[in-house]
Amino acid sequence: MSCQEVCEFLDAYVDKELDVFTSSQFDRHLTECAACRAKYDQYQQMHDSVRVHMEYFPASEEFVQKLRAQLHQSGRRPAENIRRSWFPQWRVWAMAASVVAVLLLTAVLLRMVRRPSSSDVLAEEVVSSHIRSLLANHLSDVVSSDQHTVKPWFSGKLDFAPLVKDLSSKGFPLAGGRLDYLDDRPVAALVYKRRQHTINLFLWPSSASNSRPRTLTIRGYNVVHWTHSHMAYWAVSDVNAGDLGEFAHDLED
Amino acid sequence: MSEEIWNKRAGREVRKIDHELFERTVLPYINSAHNLARWLTRNEHDAEDMVQEAFLRALRSFDTFTAGRDARAWFLTIVRNSCRTWHRQYRSHETSMEWDMDAQPAVTAWSDPEAVLIKNANSQLIRRAMEQLPFEYREILILRELEELSYKEIAQIVEVPLGTVMSRLSRARKELYIRLGQPTGEMGV
Ligand SMILES: [Zn+2]
Repeated sequence: MSCQEVCEFLDAYVDKELDVFTSSQFDRHLTECAACRAKYDQYQQMHDSVRVHMEYFPASEEFVQKLRAQLHQSGRRPAENIRRSWFPQWRVWAMAASVVAVLLLTAVLLRMVRRPSSSDVLAEEVVSSHIRSLLANHLSDVVSSDQHTVKPWFSGKLDFAPLVKDLSSKGFPLAGGRLDYLDDRPVAALVYKRRQHTINLFLWPSSASNSRPRTLTIRGYNVVHWTHSHMAYWAVSDVNAGDLGEFAHDLED
Repeated sequence: MSEEIWNKRAGREVRKIDHELFERTVLPYINSAHNLARWLTRNEHDAEDMVQEAFLRALRSFDTFTAGRDARAWFLTIVRNSCRTWHRQYRSHETSMEWDMDAQPAVTAWSDPEAVLIKNANSQLIRRAMEQLPFEYREILILRELEELSYKEIAQIVEVPLGTVMSRLSRARKELYIRLGQPTGEMGV
């Protein structure tokens, strides 16, 4: 584990949210790197101290009694109706309709505003999904190196059939797959290995035309994105950009 | 329209709700709910209003709650959403987190010399520093540090992906710690 990854995982380590393997790698780095150990000690101390001194505001006894009384009253006649009975019903519906209209308009506007940088946001989302998958129990829902096991696992879970390629002869053995959620839709995530590294390949249908693989680096991870036959592909890993480019190339073949 | 028809139209089967079961399901988490609302609204009066509103909302949608599910997460989601609506309505002028803040690179280094370790962290300082943070940072800090919820539970309540919980919490802590490291009286940013 690198010093940069220690920074990245610092909070998850403090919160004991790392899986056993990553956590032990973190431990090992701390024993070997004095700088990170000092940083961690300071962070943990700060964290504990803040947590101990943060106030907790329980509900007052009178307030809980008030809620209880309301509940028992509504048991006989719903409190909501008592409050609403003076309010003409048609008005309620009219208000509801206008609220829906405003919400729809807002949704449309938000989409328009967000569109320009949506691809950058998506790239960040993809990296977040990759990091998340490295956390406990999140890498694979189906664990198999066999494409004929992984591919059928997705059927019925997605509205498309992901292409699952066996790349073990190229040095990228398949490790499994899982469902993920990106770009506001469920997507297929295929897990490949390169030596001890993990590659997440996310794919889902796209209306965009074919595009050649494009490499980015985000938060220390390499990301390759391309579109092929109306499918968007995103590969993310901590392997070097050359290996990941090779991976994309082998998949496209 | 009669009350019965109104209830039916609104999808409410109010009469069928088992009030005792509701009480047993929700009341154990009333302190968690109040604590969250108190930190999010920053005052007692509005906190109680929010909890009361959430309590009634939970009652109305209790028929959609299936036994065995995590009642605390379910109730806290309702409380959180009430507070969020309240915040948007009455506190929208305040600095709120930009929608793409999560997409910015995280503050990676924890080596800021300004952010010296506070030896005498006291509750009042923490409260003042917390109250200056955006809503999104406060909620995630309370759910983690005080309610001790897992990232997964927080992701459900706040309705963001797990990876976002991780990076947002990391940023929220650093913002808080840096504010606490600043000399007293100069926390206004
Ligand atoms: Zn190091």
